[in-house]
Amino acid sequence: MRVTQGCFSFLPDLTDEQIAAQVQYCLDKGWAVNIEFTDDPHPRNTYWDMWGLPMFDLRDAAGIMKELADCRRVYGDRYIRVSGFDSSPGWESVRISFIVNRPREEPGFRLDRSEAAGRNLRYATHSYAAGRPEGERYADQ
Amino acid sequence: MNMQQSITVRGKDRYKSGVMEYKRMGYWEPNYEPKDTDVIALFRVTPQDGVDPTEACAAVAGESSTATWTVVWTDRLTAAEKYRAKCYRVDPVPNSPGSYFAYIAYDLDLFEPGSISNLTASIIGNVFGFKPLKALRLEDMRLPTAYVKTFQGPATGIVVERERLDKFGRPLLGATVKPKLGLSGRNYGRVVYEALKGGLDFTKDDENINSQPFMHWRERFLYCMEAVNRAQAATGEIKGTYLNVTAATMEDMYERAEFAHELGSNIVMIDLVIGYTAIQSMAKWARRNNMILHLHRAGHSTYTRQRSHGVSFRVIAKWMRLAGVDHIHAGTVVGKLEGDPNTTRGYYDICREDFNPLHLEHGVFFDQNWASLNKLMPVASGGIHAGQMHQLLDLLGEDVVLQFGGGTIGHPRGIQAGATANRVALEAMILARNEGRDYVHEGPEILVKAAQTCTPLREALDVWKDVTFNYESTDAPDFVPTPSMAV
Repeated sequence: MRVTQGCFSFLPDLTDEQIAAQVQYCLDKGWAVNIEFTDDPHPRNTYWDMWGLPMFDLRDAAGIMKELADCRRVYGDRYIRVSGFDSSPGWESVRISFIVNRPREEPGFRLDRSEAAGRNLRYATHSYAAGRPEGERYADQ
Repeated sequence: MNMQQSITVRGKDRYKSGVMEYKRMGYWEPNYEPKDTDVIALFRVTPQDGVDPTEACAAVAGESSTATWTVVWTDRLTAAEKYRAKCYRVDPVPNSPGSYFAYIAYDLDLFEPGSISNLTASIIGNVFGFKPLKALRLEDMRLPTAYVKTFQGPATGIVVERERLDKFGRPLLGATVKPKLGLSGRNYGRVVYEALKGGLDFTKDDENINSQPFMHWRERFLYCMEAVNRAQAATGEIKGTYLNVTAATMEDMYERAEFAHELGSNIVMIDLVIGYTAIQSMAKWARRNNMILHLHRAGHSTYTRQRSHGVSFRVIAKWMRLAGVDHIHAGTVVGKLEGDPNTTRGYYDICREDFNPLHLEHGVFFDQNWASLNKLMPVASGGIHAGQMHQLLDLLGEDVVLQFGGGTIGHPRGIQAGATANRVALEAMILARNEGRDYVHEGPEILVKAAQTCTPLREALDVWKDVTFNYESTDAPDFVPTPSMAV
């Protein structure tokens, strides 16, 4: 399967040139660009690990692409996403977020159901990869 | 008409028994300067033949505040001058002989805090049936900050909705399940699953899906939540379906909303026809229960569409932002339903901005400060398809739900393919826009290019490429670029 979180998951994986153009778009808007990674892509996993702090003061896409390359060197077997953060009043949140790196194999999720009264079901979504400890989840790849 | 002086009768003579013209009773005060705390309404007044326009406008002020048809001495037991609404400006409507824009100021104390029902009972109460008028339309309102702050506002708001859904940087995609009537719960859930798995963020009940013989509401809720959870697991993405909880009584609506909540839905839906009080109750319920609240504007065209009579949708949008819904259908411009581009832009700004400057070209007659009230997500729905993606993004921007009902479910290779086509078209357009391309003009090219790696998009473009709805709008703003003379 293919995790379709983020802004561009339905397109073919972005090239570095395409990623740099999106980063430049964020910088031109005055947003802070942030790089995060995880090996647990559960849809409710909000807090991916940060590759350093959001780059509030970096104004050059090339610098961010270098950080991304470094992050890929260490965590190339995990999901990596790039986001743009807008601190202006009334927003103060993420403005764009997209995946720039994925594991080669994406095992996806298991949906568990437990039956309750009145035909109600309780649902739980399990990431197959998260069955193993953090850091070993995509180790076979 | 040259009536720039107040002609209000004062003192003892004002309260002599009998009938007196409204403009002499204190409802026409051309020198009045509205206070920052006044509610201001702008009406389009079309008097009956032979009725003096100033008198007609003063009568609107009177009948929407303290007046009755004759002088009453009991006014003297009150601070009557404060409670009288004051018409302070009358302009002829450009290019519309016989109609006048009346600006009327109301003291804040005329209204109960935080109640749309109370506000509307005055402003659009008896006055709309007043015989000396041929027609009357409420065009716009200025809501003072002091009043705005008495309302909850959108239960969730655009920013928090995006955070909860983990979706940023692009319009959200939805579809209304079709056919709107007749599907069983089991079949209905199938449509939801296919559309969500194919790439949509939301599916939606239609306005008239409540609890009918072919599908009772519990069946729909149970099958829909199975579909949502399955689609979430299949994609790793948060999904939702607007479960319509509209029902005959508040008790029924609460019961349905509670059930949706218990099943883990992140959004419920109501129809505008349930009324302002019910809408505010559901907004409070939604805030208490971390639920996004979708409003379908069923019924609005009965009073918003004609330029001469009724209430402009821009006013309904303002009331709904105060009332506290999170989504509102606000037009598509290019789709099958009414929507002049400039007027629609005005509605979208009212939903999404923290401050609306006066902008006559967009039909916005007043500066409006929203005082940090949450933003309301507009929804574009009705006769739109993937081939229009560049126009939709250009006209409606990024914070909008684009709902392709027929444009998803009518895809020749099925619902999933339809959903995928829409999502790919959207992502390709956002990518191109952010890269700085002239996506409005290059739109068709960008779509064709994206279709090279996406067969469903190619098929969608083939089927719907020539579908447009180009009809004259019935509700466009009347304005002249320079301020008109007061009469």
